[in-house]
Amino acid sequence: MNLWLTILGMGIVTFTIRLSLIALMGRVKVSPLIQRALRFVPPAVLSAIIFPELLMRNGALDVSFGNTRLLAGALAALVAWRTKNVLLTIGVGMAALWILQAVMLR
Amino acid sequence: MHSRRSEFISGVKAELPITLGVIPFGMIYGVLALGAGLPASAAQAMSSIVFAGSAQFVAAQLFGSGTPGLVIVLTAFVVNLRHMLYSASVAPYLKHLNSRWKGLLAYLLTDEAYAVVITRYNRDAAYPVAPPNRHWYFLGAGLTLWSTWQASTAVGILLGAQIPPGWALDFTLALTFIALVVPALDGRPSVAAALAAGMVAVLAAGLPYKLGLMLAAIFGIAAGLLIETRQSPKNDRRARAA
Repeated sequence: MNLWLTILGMGIVTFTIRLSLIALMGRVKVSPLIQRALRFVPPAVLSAIIFPELLMRNGALDVSFGNTRLLAGALAALVAWRTKNVLLTIGVGMAALWILQAVMLR
Repeated sequence: MHSRRSEFISGVKAELPITLGVIPFGMIYGVLALGAGLPASAAQAMSSIVFAGSAQFVAAQLFGSGTPGLVIVLTAFVVNLRHMLYSASVAPYLKHLNSRWKGLLAYLLTDEAYAVVITRYNRDAAYPVAPPNRHWYFLGAGLTLWSTWQASTAVGILLGAQIPPGWALDFTLALTFIALVVPALDGRPSVAAALAAGMVAVLAAGLPYKLGLMLAAIFGIAAGLLIETRQSPKNDRRARAA
């Protein structure tokens, strides 16, 4: 029972956040500064998820050639920059990770 | 003039490549939720009711460690707070819609749908009159992601713990985000925002309840604004035209 209440609570909280400013638009005025700031939300939030995924292992910073995720992620970023192709980026990144992991295990 | 149908189909098509990165993520969530001791029905229901990947991962782990429900709900709130910024960002494009549409599109407002929809709406700014049926584009993109998420969760639950950890399928999440963010870096301000947020996220990774994510976002946005303000008017114009 508590489990289902928790899931329901998570759902209500998430939906309310997503609806908040869509519903309030027109009633609250969004200042030009906020509008400028909002354009930086996607690069900021997504990078804040990406960087720890690539740079940290078991809660510690790992910038070395032994960090397979960092190498594969850097290669994927290069592919994304040159091609702007989502599928190719994911494909090359995963292939690089698997190859690097196989080589490191030797 | 774009019809509702053609807008919907364009939205589906734009979202499809991104679902490739979402499918493994949904499957891993299904596997992980069962591993944490959630009943299959609850694991699937969380995908439909909450519909927020990172919050679901964190919640499944917290359930497994016996965390009180209220703390889990609060954690979901913090992890999903970034969606308020997405909500503000799409709001001007949806303000003419009735509340049923607003509610439906708000429910579908995930990271992956937002990235696709805002890219399209920003492109529309070049036209003098906004296309009238573009909320159908949002619906197409959102429903595509929603269906993918439900189906991949179900597959993950069915597979249970069959997927070997050596496949490292969780890495597709980072790769998906890389594919979304790198092509969108169109000038020094956005690069500064990405780098500042990334570095703060690493430094603040030890903070509880994913607070580091919010802190990193705030620093990233501030860095972007700072660099943009310092740029000469000439560079500023070029950045806007790009």
